[in-house]
Amino acid sequence: MTALPEQQSTPAPPGVLRVSWRMWRTKIGVAIVSLLVLIAFFGRFIAPFGENEALGIPNDPDLEGSLFGLGKLGYDVWTRFLYGGRPILVQAFLSTVLALVLGTIIGLVAAYNRRRLDDALMRTMDVMLALPQIILVLVVIAMFGAQTWLVVLAVGISTVPRIARVVRGTAVSVVERDFVASAEALGEPKMRILGAELLPNVTAPLLVEANLRLTFAIAVIGGIAFLGFTSDPGAANWGLMINEHRGVLAGGQPWGTMLPVIAIALLTIGTGLIGDGLSRAAAGIDRGTVDA
Amino acid sequence: MGNIGVWKFIGRRLLLGLATLLVVSIVVFAATQLLPSDPARAILGRDATEQSVNALREELGLDRPAVEQYWDWLTRLVSGDPGESFNARLPIMDYIGDRVLNSLFLLVLASVISIPLSLLIGAYSARKRDTAFDHVSSNVMLALASLPEFVIGMFLVVLFSTIVWQVLPAVTVIASGEGPWNHLDQMILPTAVLVLGAVPYIARTARASIIEVNESDYVEMARLKGAPEEVVLWRHAVPNALGPVFQVIALNVAYFAGGVIVVEFLFNYPGIGGALAASVRVRDIPVIQFLVMVLAALYVTVNLAADLATVLVTPRLRTRLK
Amino acid sequence: MTQAVRIEGLRLEAVASGHDIVDEVELTIAPGEVLGLVGESGSGKTTVGLAVLGHTRRGVRVASGRVFIGDTDMLALPERELREARGKLVSYVPQDPSTALNPAMRIGRQVVEVLEFHDFGGSDEARRARTAEVMHEVLLPSTPDFLRRYPHQLSGGQQQRVGLAMAFANRPKVIVLDEPTTGLDVSTQAHVLATVRNLTASHGVAALYVTHDLAVVANLAHRIAVMYAGRVVELGPTAGVFDDPGHPYARYLMAAAPDLGGEREMVGLPGRAPSPGKRPVGCAFALRCELATEECHVAFPPPIEMRPGRMVRCVRPGAVPDRTKAPPVVASSSTVSEKPVLSLRDVTVSYAEKQVVHDINFDLSPGECLVLVGESGSGKTTLSRSIGGLHHEWVGTISLDGKALAHSSRDRSVDERLRVQYIFQNPYSSLNPRRPIGASVARPLMIAGVDEKEADRRVGEMLERVSLTAAHARRYPDQLSGGERQRAAIARGLAADPEVLVCDEVTSALDVLVQASIVELLAALRRDLGLSMLFVTHNLPLVRSMADRIAVMMEGRICEFGPAHDIIERPQQEYTRRLIADTPKITVNGHKDHPDA
Repeated sequence: MTALPEQQSTPAPPGVLRVSWRMWRTKIGVAIVSLLVLIAFFGRFIAPFGENEALGIPNDPDLEGSLFGLGKLGYDVWTRFLYGGRPILVQAFLSTVLALVLGTIIGLVAAYNRRRLDDALMRTMDVMLALPQIILVLVVIAMFGAQTWLVVLAVGISTVPRIARVVRGTAVSVVERDFVASAEALGEPKMRILGAELLPNVTAPLLVEANLRLTFAIAVIGGIAFLGFTSDPGAANWGLMINEHRGVLAGGQPWGTMLPVIAIALLTIGTGLIGDGLSRAAAGIDRGTVDA
Repeated sequence: MGNIGVWKFIGRRLLLGLATLLVVSIVVFAATQLLPSDPARAILGRDATEQSVNALREELGLDRPAVEQYWDWLTRLVSGDPGESFNARLPIMDYIGDRVLNSLFLLVLASVISIPLSLLIGAYSARKRDTAFDHVSSNVMLALASLPEFVIGMFLVVLFSTIVWQVLPAVTVIASGEGPWNHLDQMILPTAVLVLGAVPYIARTARASIIEVNESDYVEMARLKGAPEEVVLWRHAVPNALGPVFQVIALNVAYFAGGVIVVEFLFNYPGIGGALAASVRVRDIPVIQFLVMVLAALYVTVNLAADLATVLVTPRLRTRLK
Repeated sequence: MTQAVRIEGLRLEAVASGHDIVDEVELTIAPGEVLGLVGESGSGKTTVGLAVLGHTRRGVRVASGRVFIGDTDMLALPERELREARGKLVSYVPQDPSTALNPAMRIGRQVVEVLEFHDFGGSDEARRARTAEVMHEVLLPSTPDFLRRYPHQLSGGQQQRVGLAMAFANRPKVIVLDEPTTGLDVSTQAHVLATVRNLTASHGVAALYVTHDLAVVANLAHRIAVMYAGRVVELGPTAGVFDDPGHPYARYLMAAAPDLGGEREMVGLPGRAPSPGKRPVGCAFALRCELATEECHVAFPPPIEMRPGRMVRCVRPGAVPDRTKAPPVVASSSTVSEKPVLSLRDVTVSYAEKQVVHDINFDLSPGECLVLVGESGSGKTTLSRSIGGLHHEWVGTISLDGKALAHSSRDRSVDERLRVQYIFQNPYSSLNPRRPIGASVARPLMIAGVDEKEADRRVGEMLERVSLTAAHARRYPDQLSGGERQRAAIARGLAADPEVLVCDEVTSALDVLVQASIVELLAALRRDLGLSMLFVTHNLPLVRSMADRIAVMMEGRICEFGPAHDIIERPQQEYTRRLIADTPKITVNGHKDHPDA
């Protein structure tokens, strides 16, 4: 028997992350998001004034020493802006991670244990989908008040069915593939099959979906704050800020509204670009148009 | 198409939808039972006497067993009487009936504009695939799809109502009893926000769906049979691309149901979204319960319609039902 | 006589890169002639077939050349006239009718439609009549009820007949058939082939029959064109090409083709044809050719007329590579051992509560190769999956060395799980794409409790045993060809140190040359390691050289069972006889003569 012609050793096939990183849209997205994360987390250290420091007449557009003028209660708009990003980012991130973990587990378990357990899990998910996310969050707020951890929990849990659906949808076709049967024939434990055989094969759509859900979580959490539901009405928050200042938009002091609006717009467009890069990469790898 | 299978399918889906609504109603009702605070006290305030609170509890039926209260609420809801608002102390229908109509008008208007518009954009970008138009439109769609409604709304307000131009009203002023159709200029911005939010999703799905069908073997076969392009498009491609598009349209109408809350709040539009936000603020439980049920019913109805439409355009699904 | 089809200097390239997909193609087909265009996947045969209709797929463009149908150059026609020519002058029968028929249209409409496009007969009345006629010609009913069916309500064979009806409806001059019988059972395939043969002969239609299966065209085509890496490397009358191939590649192809009538072993050739953009300057086959000399790497050899009507693109036409000189089949001495390694007693298998396999009894002796042959739906795969512990709905006894096995692999002991190894049909799906080959091959070792260092060594050993290298352990499945993947999957099976190898259609996803090399590998493993093998297949010729005994399965039962030679030479059951008769054979007495000859 002849040996096969020796091939040149090639590196591992590029993952979605690496392929998407080659795209300019992903790079721009990452740059924008990094900038806003920096502002949200470290902006407070360069803030010229205190978060709750009243400097003069509310909504005074040109106070000496104030970059963007004053806002509600005479606070400095620029300072409030530098403080106001963190709650939205942290809550959106935590709720997405929560949803990612639960949704992935539920999706994988449902896909692997077809029939009854699958039916039960996915029917439950369907019922949860019957209500728009923001309404579920509002109901929870009506019950317990707008506490931060509750909002995170509510947004996270209402995101679970959306992630579970995507994971299950992808995993169902992976379960049908023979390498899973091969693992079963060898008697691999179920946990190992879920974790080592299925999970690595759903990461691409999972990453895309996680990113999409992060974008939506920012929208919902920002939206809730915009409606005026935050745990501490005195604390700076971009969503709340927009609502507080939109009355004086035409009155010569647009910055209280414009700064957070632009920030949230950039943030969501940034995550959207990353997600688009990921999904293009995933589609390219699936179609084999990306060179391995 | 006297097909018993289709009717069976509709029946099954209808039952499933009703079951979903039933579960939602149980969850919503149970949620109110979990309330840490006593609604009667919440209504009367902290200074009320124990006696008056108890009297109100009795009047509201809060002293009865939960199952009995639920059954009572559900049967009255089904018969069209959702009860009385805690806050306004008025029958909910008097207080909210108009608003349901106003919101429905907003939703229908947004759907009627966004669905054809996005199908057109989707079909056109599919045809002009990989041209400058396709790239530009896909990037604009991506940006719009990422932006939250309140951000789109604020941009529109800045652009058309305040800083740049002052051509459109920034808030709606519609008196109760007055239909929003009498103030179409005030409808423009709220509708635009919803349309801009929905178009990217439908357009992208339509584009992907048409491209997939266009690359299918049967469309290639139609061309190899010598079919004229319009026959290829209308007879072979479009009918097979409809299914996924119906599903996304349904998803987006359902998404409007969430979007109206922020949009109505932003433009002070007298609809159920604004009412829901206001009721949450004052914990007006019966109103919240009613509005949540209305929105869930909307979701179930729209999805039912989409499933039915999909089955009707997909013979493989239709005949399997026999 | 004027040719019905004349292809001159055809070159098609990838739009993006400009790499040649096919090049220098020169072919003619006479009226009434069937030209078999034979090649492996990626050879460009379908691209040529579509170009005959003036069609290119997305991302492909015609770089140069002409394709004449009669006097019409299909590549120079304006849009409108091209449309008029397609389906009328020249028509197409697709590879997979299940995707090529519009799922949302009734089949009657789809046939009538092609008549309408070309205004056949001038009236609806005439078109209805023609539809009924053409349905009759392809042996389908033309009742209103049948015409109102949707494609998914038809069997695969019926779907392909609808494809033929659409193609013949306008009585075209030329018809292109693109592997129209792939995926059909042999009996259905035999019917479809007979229909094609009759219709082309009786209507004087020129046919281009694109296929990877030599046996299919052996009895259908008048002439054969062999494609490799985008070029026609050999062209000639069927009998000549089959009996005495001029190009080494064609020789390998013949040597690798499974043949029920053949009296020789199959010979494989590992490796794969270079894809567009990676093709060398010289002869594309030189890299794999044992006869290659320096001049082969300089330029692609020009066509040489080896004999009148025989064109070969090789500097040494007619030379015979040693490796293709196949040894004759040695009738295997059926080993009947007193103690079977695997035995089945009254095994009945159900699928979703429906019985699909009934009362199976057989023993597998140590070192024996037992072949389970049957058409799709015969229950052979379900049965083999039950043996492997992958399907749990069965009753009866399956025992390994006298000890009954549990239904589910999970309930079997580690030792039992390792001793029976299952090799899957599709190597594109049986290896986890997210894990290096080495990690997949190491799994059985890990389960057996081998430590990591020892496992590493054994993985390298196993990979070499299947003619891969230890370096393959670090690669991912995506970086391997189909044949290499199947070798890796076999290495995984071997790593368990099994007694019984259950091979489920292990070559059906592979090209002919690779298929033969995998069969060779399995035969060697059996010889060297004394493995017992249960080989499941629908492809009877494939197993002729390997099988000790054959069990023929039909509708969930074993209808005939016995020594391989006896079954193939003297089948007793009607079903087996029909199966053997319907299987196309390469070596039959007298190939079809050329109509001009």
